[in-house]
Amino acid sequence: MENVVPFKIQLISIIGTVLFMVYIIRLIVRGRLREEYAIIWIICTLVLLTLSFWRRGLETIALELGVYYPPSLLFLFAIGAIVCFLVHLSVVNSKMQHNIKELTQELALIRHELNELKRSATTDSEADTGLEVLP
Amino acid sequence: MIGELTSNQRILAIVPCYNEQDCIAGVVEDLHGIRDRNNLPLDVLVVNDCSRDRSADILRQLDCLHLNLPVNLGIGGAMQTGYKYAHKHGYSYAIQVDGDGQHPADQLKQVLEPALTGRADVVIGSRYLEKKGFQSSAIRRVGIRYFQYLNRLLTGQTVRDSTSGFRVFNRNALELASRYYPDEYPEPEAIILFGLQNLRILEVPVEMRDRQGGVSSINALKSVYYMIKVTLGILSAYLRYRPYGKRRSV
Repeated sequence: MENVVPFKIQLISIIGTVLFMVYIIRLIVRGRLREEYAIIWIICTLVLLTLSFWRRGLETIALELGVYYPPSLLFLFAIGAIVCFLVHLSVVNSKMQHNIKELTQELALIRHELNELKRSATTDSEADTGLEVLP
Repeated sequence: MIGELTSNQRILAIVPCYNEQDCIAGVVEDLHGIRDRNNLPLDVLVVNDCSRDRSADILRQLDCLHLNLPVNLGIGGAMQTGYKYAHKHGYSYAIQVDGDGQHPADQLKQVLEPALTGRADVVIGSRYLEKKGFQSSAIRRVGIRYFQYLNRLLTGQTVRDSTSGFRVFNRNALELASRYYPDEYPEPEAIILFGLQNLRILEVPVEMRDRQGGVSSINALKSVYYMIKVTLGILSAYLRYRPYGKRRSV
C-alpha cells in the first residue's frame, strides 16, 4: 500500500494533536480561554485528528475536488481558516476598544462627581461646626 | 454680553489636554479673562487625556473644572468625554479650545455668536475664509482641500476648514456628539456626521496662532495614515447615516 504519509509521521501528528487538545481543554478549565474562542480550536483539532487517522482522506477529498497535489488543499483550508479567525479577532478587538473608551469616560466623569461630593461634604461639615445642637 | 442667553443657559469651554504643561495654565487663564471681561456664563473644563508630564499637577492648582482620564483615549475620546459632561450637566453650548494655545481666546466671541443667536447648530472657526494668521503647512492645506471636496460630494455642504478644532456645538450637536464621536482625528468625520443629520453648520473666519508649545499630533510620516483613516471614517459614516436608503439613527 502506498501510504500518503509514512507511519511514523502519522503517530507524531496524532500525539501532537491530542496534546494540543488537552492544552486547549486545560486553558478552558482554568478560565484562561473563553469558550467562544475555544470552539474554533477544538474544531481545528478534530479535523487534524480525523486526517491523522484517516490517512487516505486528504487524498480522496483532494482528488474529488480536482486538486492534483493533495497537501495544497490542506494549505488552502488552513489559510482560509486563519484569515477568518484573524478578522474575527479584529472585530473582537474593536468592540473591546469601544468598551474601554466608554468605561474610561464613565470612570473620569464619576470620579469627578465623587470629588465634587467629597468637597461639598467637607465644606458642609466645616459650616456645621459651631452650630452643633444636641438632639 | 453677546447674543440672547437666558439666565439659566451656560457655556462650557472644553480644553483637551495631552502633555501641555507649558501652555495649559495660559489657555485657562485666557478663557477666564474673556469670561470676566464679557460677563459670559462660561465654565472651563479641561480633559486631561492621561498626560505623562506635569499637566495633572498644574490642573489641580488651577481654578477650573477638570477630568482625568485614567487611560489615554486620543483627542476624539477626550473631547467626547467633555461633550458627555456638557450634555449631562445641562450646558446649552460647548466650545472646543485646544490646549496648545492655537485657538486664541479673544476670538471666542466671533465663534460663539452664530450659535447663541440660533443661526447654526455647529460653528467652526475657520482659518481659510480670510487669509490671516497661521495658515498651517502646504501639505496640510492640500489635505484640507481634499476633505472639502469629499464633504461637498457626500453632504453637499462646503466646509473650508474641516480639520479646525475650534468649534461650538449647541444642544442638538451635543446630544449627537455625546452618543457618537470618532476617536482618532475626529474633526472631518464629525462634520460629515452632523451634515448627514441635518445640523446647520456655519464657518466664521478666525485667526489662529502657531502652537505655543507641545508637539502636533500629526507629523509627516503619519499624514498618509491620517488621510486614509479619515477617508475610511468619512465613507463609513456616510454609508451608515446617508439620507436615502435604510436610515439609522445614531
